[in-house]
Amino acid sequence: MTAALTVDNLRIAIGDTIVLRGASLEVQPGEVRGLVGESGAGKSMLGRAALGLLPSNASIVSGRIAFEGRDLLKMSEGERRSELGRRIALIPQDPMTSLNPVKRVGAQIGRLLRHHLDLSKRAALERAAELLTEVAIREPERVLSLYPHEISGGMRQRVLIAMAFACNPSLVIADEPTTALDVTVQRQVLQLVERLRQRHGSAVLFITHDLGVVAKICRSMTVLHAGRVLEEGETAEVLAHPRHAYTRALLAATPRADRPAETLRPVPPALIDQLWSDARRLDWLDVARPA
Amino acid sequence: MRWGEIIRRLVLVPPTLFGVAVIVFVLLRVVPGDPISMMIPPGASQADIGRLRALYGLDQPILHQFVSWLGQVVQGNFGRSISVRQDVLDLLLTRLPATIELTLLATLIAVVIGVLAALVGILARGRRAEWAVDGGVGVLLAIPDFLWALILLLLFGVLVPLLPISGRIDPQVEIDFHSNFYLIESLLTGRLDVAAALLRHMILPALALALPFSAIIARLLKASLVEAEDQDYAQIARARGYSRPSILLNEVFPNALIPTVALGGVQVTLLLGGTVLVERIFSYEGIGNMAIDAVINRDFPLIQGLVLTFAVLFIVLNLAVDALVTLLDPRLRHG
Repeated sequence: MTAALTVDNLRIAIGDTIVLRGASLEVQPGEVRGLVGESGAGKSMLGRAALGLLPSNASIVSGRIAFEGRDLLKMSEGERRSELGRRIALIPQDPMTSLNPVKRVGAQIGRLLRHHLDLSKRAALERAAELLTEVAIREPERVLSLYPHEISGGMRQRVLIAMAFACNPSLVIADEPTTALDVTVQRQVLQLVERLRQRHGSAVLFITHDLGVVAKICRSMTVLHAGRVLEEGETAEVLAHPRHAYTRALLAATPRADRPAETLRPVPPALIDQLWSDARRLDWLDVARPA
Repeated sequence: MRWGEIIRRLVLVPPTLFGVAVIVFVLLRVVPGDPISMMIPPGASQADIGRLRALYGLDQPILHQFVSWLGQVVQGNFGRSISVRQDVLDLLLTRLPATIELTLLATLIAVVIGVLAALVGILARGRRAEWAVDGGVGVLLAIPDFLWALILLLLFGVLVPLLPISGRIDPQVEIDFHSNFYLIESLLTGRLDVAAALLRHMILPALALALPFSAIIARLLKASLVEAEDQDYAQIARARGYSRPSILLNEVFPNALIPTVALGGVQVTLLLGGTVLVERIFSYEGIGNMAIDAVINRDFPLIQGLVLTFAVLFIVLNLAVDALVTLLDPRLRHG
């Protein structure tokens, strides 16, 4: 079976700084894979690269990103554009800034539907209302006529989720979609993503730094550190028996009610190259755990 | 801008105009030189000068003069021009439409050039063409309107005499207009030949006013476009498979328009100020041209009327800009 997403030995640099140093991962069709790591580990950069959203000063040095076996980096502009938003969708991080402030919700969903599905203006609005119902928004017609600033953050995130699943994508990249939300809304959003994923049969790459979220909805996970994959496997397996010291440190840093959280000390950037150049030096990571 | 805000702004109009009136009235009378000295022949006797000053009420204390002038203005009587010997309000109503039409045309040209330049600049973002556009805009901005007037006059009036260089319309064209908005009236009544004749006279002064203004618009809009394109919603639009030109036009432009109108709209006042010199250069019969004559002749009633007219125009313009911004930004409408 061809993987929904294949990232193969991806190296990305921003100026002289290398942010991804040969990261590889696969997301199987219908699979929910968590991509975890601390800030700066390169997890968002990986997701953005797959969507063609790298910042202008970033460049892909080498590697391959394939969607359903086809190399996204070698596709023509038009081919890639017809996949983006339709077969590959994004759930963005910050619902407050991810909708166009001067366009009505209905116009924004409608535009997406008309762009990819060739619907009439009216059919698009009807479909948009259905999509909003799917993400448990009551009075969808009213919400369609509102501007983003007139609805809550949680509702905006639902609108963005509805847009992500609007064209039956086979791959959804969720870039920390719960980070900007408060805890109760977070749970609803997670349930929603899970439900829509099942209904549409999409694979999800769930980028997050929250191991609790991964434990809840991801069957498999990949741990990224300093631009490389440290560990991957079934979520339950990785969380129960982390093979790597860094994963253990990451787990220890997760706040829990029954014990105080330990501090995860970031690796100084200057050390990262040295660290990776010498495999034995990985033991240094044990030092990262407080004594 | 909601109703409360509109009313608050309207309430502030009379005190603003009163302040302007006081300043102009006092300044004119404190600064050396008065209309009498411009009227009398050399060697006139002190007695004659005194009689004339008394005739125009200039021998009275300033406060006394101001109160009697203001009393008349409130009733719609702006007095008689000393140099032209006509009613000031009539003069203003005859000349003002010419200036308004010129300013509107200049604004239209400036918006077209400015928006096009900004769009070309953003499309070419990061490439050499962007530098070219930025450089061109810089040149437009660096040369002031009156200098553009002289350059255009030299180019299209003298070197390649394509266009008339003075007046509002050819003297041989028969004028039987109902209003003083010649261009607007001839367009509305479908007299396109007359409109064309009017435009031929207006195009050079309008262009001179428009060029620096178009550079201001291009700069503001381009900076706003760059900022808006870096926002999340514009970035995410790329992940939806929209093409860049389509994102710029549909997502980025409507957002970039808001700060551009808010900051650039007020600059139309700059254009109005520019009409003073540019109308003079092209002998265009608007209020700007009249203002220079009025100042040379120390025509107190006319200057006072002109300054109040400019003040009213500035206030109306500011209100219009705020209303337009509210229209463009839904966040201000419900706020």
